[in-house]
Amino acid sequence: MSKITLSDLSHSYLDKQNSDSDWALRDINLDWQDGGAYALLGPSGCGKTTLLNIISGLLNPTKGKVLFDDKDVTTQSPVERNIAQIFQFPVIYDTMTVYANLAFPLKNRGMTDAEIDRRVKEIADMLELTKTLNNRASGLTADGKQKISLGRGLVRSNVNVIMFDEPLTVIDPHLKWVLRSKLKELHQKINRTMIYVTHDQTEALTFADQVVVMHEGQIVQTGTPVELFEKPKHTFVGHFIGSPGMNILPCQIKNGYAAIDGVEISTNTQIKKSNFSKTEIGIRPEFVSFDKKGIPAKILKVSNTGRHKIIDTQCNSGKIKVLSHSSKEIPSGSVFLSFNKKYTYAYGDSWIIE
Amino acid sequence: MNKTEYQKAWLFVIPVFILVAFNAAVPLMTVVNYSFQETFGNNVFTWEGTRWFKQILQSDRFHAALGRQFLFTGIILFIQIPLGIFIALTMPKEGIGVSVCLVLMSMPLLIPWNVVGAMWNIFALPEIGFLGHTLNDLGFDYNFTQQTGDAWFTTVLMDVWHWTSLVVLLSYAGLRSIQPAYYQAAEIDGASRWAVFRYIELPKMKKVLTIAILLRFMDSFMIYTEPFVLTGGGPGNATAFLSIDLVKMALGQFDLGPAAAMSLIYFFIVLLVCWVFYNLMMRNEEQS
Repeated sequence: MSKITLSDLSHSYLDKQNSDSDWALRDINLDWQDGGAYALLGPSGCGKTTLLNIISGLLNPTKGKVLFDDKDVTTQSPVERNIAQIFQFPVIYDTMTVYANLAFPLKNRGMTDAEIDRRVKEIADMLELTKTLNNRASGLTADGKQKISLGRGLVRSNVNVIMFDEPLTVIDPHLKWVLRSKLKELHQKINRTMIYVTHDQTEALTFADQVVVMHEGQIVQTGTPVELFEKPKHTFVGHFIGSPGMNILPCQIKNGYAAIDGVEISTNTQIKKSNFSKTEIGIRPEFVSFDKKGIPAKILKVSNTGRHKIIDTQCNSGKIKVLSHSSKEIPSGSVFLSFNKKYTYAYGDSWIIE
Repeated sequence: MNKTEYQKAWLFVIPVFILVAFNAAVPLMTVVNYSFQETFGNNVFTWEGTRWFKQILQSDRFHAALGRQFLFTGIILFIQIPLGIFIALTMPKEGIGVSVCLVLMSMPLLIPWNVVGAMWNIFALPEIGFLGHTLNDLGFDYNFTQQTGDAWFTTVLMDVWHWTSLVVLLSYAGLRSIQPAYYQAAEIDGASRWAVFRYIELPKMKKVLTIAILLRFMDSFMIYTEPFVLTGGGPGNATAFLSIDLVKMALGQFDLGPAAAMSLIYFFIVLLVCWVFYNLMMRNEEQS
């Protein structure tokens, strides 16, 4: 159990780095409290697995430090760091029984048989593996196998952190939900720090108290699911989280006011700076509505998802998606759109202006 | 899953069937034909029933050759399989070293068998060969043309040199297909190097090793060219393995009947051992 701090962490898989894109991770700073449930969210190739492997000690960072409880562990091996990691696909020892699989990490650490037996049975019980304990591990289904890999992490009572690297990738959709609730339940029961890496926003948002969104090797925002939804600090977060993602439209900024197609837009935060090479307005489809005045637009397409209607509209500056309740009447042809001020943000060079 | 019956598919098998008939079944039937008859040439045959089979199965000569054969195959499997795995484990996993090692490893496999025999013959000659001369200089009384032990040592060494690469290449392929996550998990679990080998690498290599053992068993059990060129089966009959003995009987003594019976027995032994071994390995697979 420990607090995890990453300070000025950067990593590159290349020997020489010439440009930003040669870095897999850039200037990562993080503070994770003991016992929290965290998620690392980002698309494939954003560096989240690299970051995870650096925390677990499978990889040494090019620059920066990893601290567990303010103690520098950057050069320590995974065993010394005492962590557990669960991989994308179930990693099990094929020739062993389920019991032997669970006992393996304890045996390697020289525990007594009686102690091993007690721990293994306790964990098997927790993960509902008791019935299959004496079966060959290779005969289990994918979710059973993934439970074994999870169990091998849990049997050690003193692990500092349990890390999940997209653990539900190979699990059937209907079991994903079950396993995810199981993880959440486990977290509450054992109260250990857990880090969950995924590219699936639903998984991240349902599992974690704090979600770290990564993009091109950088952390773009850390926050609760609600914060990420209501106030994205970077246009990428707006895009990536939410379905459909945030509308991002180019805008002009003059005298502290933003305007789209000549129509002034009031934003939640005050615009104090305007010296950006690119300025944009971001608004989620949930907070756009049809009005008598506002931005003139044409309706292109209406799709009904059952619960909602997603309306694609086109204004001079670009496309705007509108989300409305499916029972609502949708006007046709030319309309005016207005934005809810509370959820409208201005972005300069992709970062929020505040 | 239900299999769909599609009888016309058999039509597509016909070309292969004809090919196999001509290159395997027909020659094999000739052998079967000889094994039940006696001939003195001029296409005159007399029926002998199972006489040749009984004769072969009861002959000390056959027992001795079979014993030598099993001993030889046993020895080379015992050396080549562990050695091959060991070399595969120590081979580099990335960089220029991979290609260099793979090319070096493939070299012996590309050399024609009679050339291997001739090479080793010259290499091991006690007077002029590098190996033979060096061994004698070091004080060993080494002469593979005269002494049984030396002949066996040289034959085994030659086969190990020639064929260990095959085991290496297969094992290496098996090792490379193991996902890095397995090693990472083992590292986190605190597994020793031996445990990684025992519980990850060996089980993951099981299929390729089954193939390697089968291939090495069959090839070494049917070995002919290399020992024929190297020792000619000598000294005496010391390295006369089954195939060498068979050729002696068929072409040296022209005993076509007994030779045909012996070929069939030989063939069935190879088939039987392969079948038993393969089924044992696969039954194990199904259980898991």
